Amino acid sequence: MRAQVEAEQRYGRIAELVTRPLALMEVCGTHTMAISKAGLRSRVPRPLRLLSGPGCPVCVTPREQIDQAIAMAREPGVVVASFGDMLRVPGATSSLERERAAGARVQIVYSPVDALALAQDIPDQLVVFIGVGFETTSPTVAATLVRAAEAAVDNFYVLPAFKLVPPAMAALLAGGGARIDGFICPGHVTAIIGSAAYRPLCDQHHIPCVVTGFEVLDILDGVTMLLEQIATGRAAVEVQYRRAVTDAGNTTARALLERVFRVCDSSWRGIGTIPGSGLELAPEFERFDARRRIPVEVAPAPGFDRGCACGEVMRGLLLPPDCPLFGQACVPAHPVGPCMVSSEGACAAYHRYGG
Amino acid sequence: MCVAVPGLIKTINGTVAVVDFRGVQRQAMLDLLPEAQVGDFVLVHAGFAIQRMNATEAAEVIALLEEVEAAADS
Repeated sequence: MRAQVEAEQRYGRIAELVTRPLALMEVCGTHTMAISKAGLRSRVPRPLRLLSGPGCPVCVTPREQIDQAIAMAREPGVVVASFGDMLRVPGATSSLERERAAGARVQIVYSPVDALALAQDIPDQLVVFIGVGFETTSPTVAATLVRAAEAAVDNFYVLPAFKLVPPAMAALLAGGGARIDGFICPGHVTAIIGSAAYRPLCDQHHIPCVVTGFEVLDILDGVTMLLEQIATGRAAVEVQYRRAVTDAGNTTARALLERVFRVCDSSWRGIGTIPGSGLELAPEFERFDARRRIPVEVAPAPGFDRGCACGEVMRGLLLPPDCPLFGQACVPAHPVGPCMVSSEGACAAYHRYGG
Repeated sequence: MCVAVPGLIKTINGTVAVVDFRGVQRQAMLDLLPEAQVGDFVLVHAGFAIQRMNATEAAEVIALLEEVEAAADS
């Protein structure tokens, strides 16, 4: 089959290029899954490590925000709308799924516009959309809020938990983390933000960055491009995923982000606060902030249960199988940490596909 | 949640497109891609078209995906 022949050629080239221990990190949950599913990690030469970074937005949502969502779901007259993979993420003592089982109204939506439509259908209830995601997702919520404003919908709210990828990449390089020789940059985030977004990081840290697609051949090509840069001592931002990524990205989406949101400091579960890495609502849209309309108190709680190593896993310091809970106390059927819960978490990927 | 799927725009009604994903048709909002036209290949994420894809390359990827699926089924 053509695809297999093409893959074999690329594995051959990669083998030629790996002449010393190297670590490449991806920061996108879809890459984590695709790499695991393709069994790539075990098919490249051993000195090449393919690390997973904090690319799963569900995994990096602070426990306090999960607990805020849970508290809101418990309020009478409130319907919480969320992307599906948030439902099983553990908060301090519960999860949205458990709350739903206990009678709270929690609705899974595929699109934020579905949450807005729901609000319009039930005008006497408050609908709170849990706004989790990176730059692929936040523009869709920005557009939805513009629609909500234009339709004068007054019962639709967003709990803003959006995060930005490039500041997290900078934080990973800033120290205390795994050694990283190159970044496999996220294809769809970059379709929005444009490949130019990585230039400051690339120049400042002399680190190769290749924006890569999600098919196996895309990933193999992206890895090859990184290895070729490393072999020649270069550090540049390159685009493998040319069919969807441009230098400037989606300027309409970026303008919407600037209109509806403001950049803020943000806490990443397992990592801590990263400056300028989150989004909150701009003054023009502040009235849609769920926390203003439904103030809830959540008790402080440690980010993870004892023994859970999601924080180290997300920074590339540990591989999932190295976590003491992996595969025993923590499995997809009864997950302890977010990395095992989310469909894009590193631990879930390793458990399902064997690493 | 970076999952975005390529599809072909069949119709546009205002800011809403009907997109064909290898036989399955779903709506996609065009707020983020107002310049999209019928016949464009677009990436759709969370109900919104987020980027246009080069038609030749998109068709190639779709063919490759079909090949992989056919092999998996056999």
